[in-house]
Amino acid sequence: MSVPTLYPEDERLTRGERVVFNLYIITALVVFVLMMLFGLVMRMAQGTWLSLPPTLFYQIMTAHGAGTVGTMGLASSAVMWFFLRKYVRLNLWAFLTNYVLFTLGALAILAAVFIGGYAGAWTFLYPLPVHSMGEWTVHAAVLFMLGYIAIGVGFLLFYLDAMAGVIRVYGNLGRALGLQWLFGGEIDPVHPKTVVASTMVIITNSIGTLAGAVVLVMSIINAYFPELALNALLAKNLIYLFGHTFINATIYMGVIAVYELLPRYSGRPYGISRPFLWAWAASTVMVLSVYPHHLLMDYVMPHWMLVMGQIVSYASGLPVFVVTAYGALTNVYRCGIRWRMPAKLMMLSMYGWAAGIVPAIIDATIRINEVMHNTQWVPGHFHFYLLLGVLPMILALMFHVIAGRAQSLADATTDKLSFPIYAVGGLAFAVALLAAGHVSAPRRYAVHLPQWVPYDQASSIAAILVIAAMLLFTGRIIAGLLRAPAHVDPAHPAG
Amino acid sequence: MILQNEIWLITLLGLAAVTLGFIFVIAQAGKPTDSNRVQNTANAIRRWWFLALVVFGIGVTWATLKPFPIPDQHTPLKAAQVVNVVAHQWAWQLSRNQLEAGVPVEFRVTSADVNHGFAIYAPDERIVIQTQAMPGFTNKLLYTFRQPGTYRIRCLEYCGLEHHAMMAELEVVAAARGDQS
Ligand code: HEM
Ligand SMILES: [Cu+2]
Ligand SMILES: [Cu+2]
Repeated sequence: MSVPTLYPEDERLTRGERVVFNLYIITALVVFVLMMLFGLVMRMAQGTWLSLPPTLFYQIMTAHGAGTVGTMGLASSAVMWFFLRKYVRLNLWAFLTNYVLFTLGALAILAAVFIGGYAGAWTFLYPLPVHSMGEWTVHAAVLFMLGYIAIGVGFLLFYLDAMAGVIRVYGNLGRALGLQWLFGGEIDPVHPKTVVASTMVIITNSIGTLAGAVVLVMSIINAYFPELALNALLAKNLIYLFGHTFINATIYMGVIAVYELLPRYSGRPYGISRPFLWAWAASTVMVLSVYPHHLLMDYVMPHWMLVMGQIVSYASGLPVFVVTAYGALTNVYRCGIRWRMPAKLMMLSMYGWAAGIVPAIIDATIRINEVMHNTQWVPGHFHFYLLLGVLPMILALMFHVIAGRAQSLADATTDKLSFPIYAVGGLAFAVALLAAGHVSAPRRYAVHLPQWVPYDQASSIAAILVIAAMLLFTGRIIAGLLRAPAHVDPAHPAG
Repeated sequence: MILQNEIWLITLLGLAAVTLGFIFVIAQAGKPTDSNRVQNTANAIRRWWFLALVVFGIGVTWATLKPFPIPDQHTPLKAAQVVNVVAHQWAWQLSRNQLEAGVPVEFRVTSADVNHGFAIYAPDERIVIQTQAMPGFTNKLLYTFRQPGTYRIRCLEYCGLEHHAMMAELEVVAAARGDQS
């Protein structure tokens, strides 16, 4: 098995592909910066460094939650598309339609929040969207949900197109996942990890998105026909099945960048193996069955489901600790790597993922959830693996792509500065949130008690570091993407 | 030790272990060596590592689920003190707010409008227990206060504009003499 070159021929983008890819990436980066600024504003308001009326705080919180989760989905689906198109035929129109629907949905969400005043949080937990005590109208809530539906339809289209492509090449989804090799047989050594991971995401996120669509449609009907009340517990189950699956899918799409790129930078083959196939087959089942860990404090839930939530949460750690992060570490151990930006970001992403699930798994213990649920512990653990895990995966691909276009692999001087600032700032930010959870500071509070304020202030400073680094990243990447190496590209997308 | 401090300690240890693992590998990443040897050693270690994690996980699962931390919702709890709790946007309605320490209390928690979170904060401002307040359902929570003092109820499920201001107090007094059951 040979190690591929840094920039294989089959990854070259056609002109049309490059335009759409650039649209995805530039949109995602700009939205991330904006959302991080929203985050900083919230943190400074909690830390009494900024005066923000609670109405506006909760609107910003809603926009930040929906905006970051959606954009993470958008950016990580660009990672999946970038690599999956080498193995199966993907239609550019499906990828582009996803972008267009996403943009329309995002505009609807922004209008619902900042014009309509909707502040029911990204989780639209029934019946809050239609029961705001006069804070916003049902029309604003419905507009928000229509925005979600537009985004969901776009993703479903992208996944269906990918599913069709995968089935054309591999016959069915099970064979694409490599299920035929779980219990024996000679594993095809060139079966792409990208196909395995993509297939898992296609299956799970289609189901998750459909669950979201069902509860969204039910909620919209209920908004206009209140006599058709929903069962609040059922709605909550569907919402968390959707929300959990969607945000987790971003990790599973993002990690494709590591599978593809890490061996090119380490210079060492990163082959497929039976544990790898087991990890992905198990994750397919687990990501769909783990969501009850969001409902551990709903004592009326069937208790077997809560036990399942705890046990599957524990088990979800195994693929990461035993296969993905472990495999990545094995791949770079004494490989003689040269630390360029993509390699650094990939290592950070593996660290952020592996470390970030430690507090997550601990909180999935029912006995512990009784004192940690909905405290700042929760944003603590998910910012840990989103900020230090998923985002670096996406950034790694970006830096890889722009280095190829610049025809100079060396890091810019700014990269030597921005990377450590980002890593240190992100770590400090996440740990400060966890520490606030340790002292029982609630999440989603516009106003904090004096004893929680020091944590807010510390993490505001950390957030400023993250944003400074992110601005440097964004400038570098956008400049790099708009530079066309071989032939001039007049249709550059930033306008 | 306070549960939160135990959790914090375990988390920091876990984070430190992951961090050290990464530092160890990254520190060695610059010197090249034979790939096959690394792969074989790593595979051998992986088996034990997997087994260790599984055994540890099963042990922790057992230890934390037995006894089951949530009371059975279908049988009467027979607690000597009962508090009916109804959450509203944005206030708590409690059938009583004077309780005795050392005697089990059953909280029957529901909501009149949207989802709320019923969390009990001890006088030292640490959460001691919580459950959800959901419209159409009643969650039954069982808790025995150890220390007398003023406990606070805070809302831990986002419920709209005044979510952060939704607070009530519970007075827990020392158990009356002869009532040490
Ligand atoms: C500098 C970067 C960031 C800062 C300063 C920041 C700050 C915040 C703050 C203050 C909250 C509310 C915490 C609370 O409940 O009290 C929050 C919530 C949240 N953040 Fe971030 N964040 C950042 C980056 C991100 C990123 C990159 C993502 C995801 C990709 C993300 C996803 C979320 C989500 C999903 C919520 C939950 C919103 C809710 O509770 O409804 N954040 N963030
Ligand atoms: Cu409330
Ligand atoms: Cu609330």
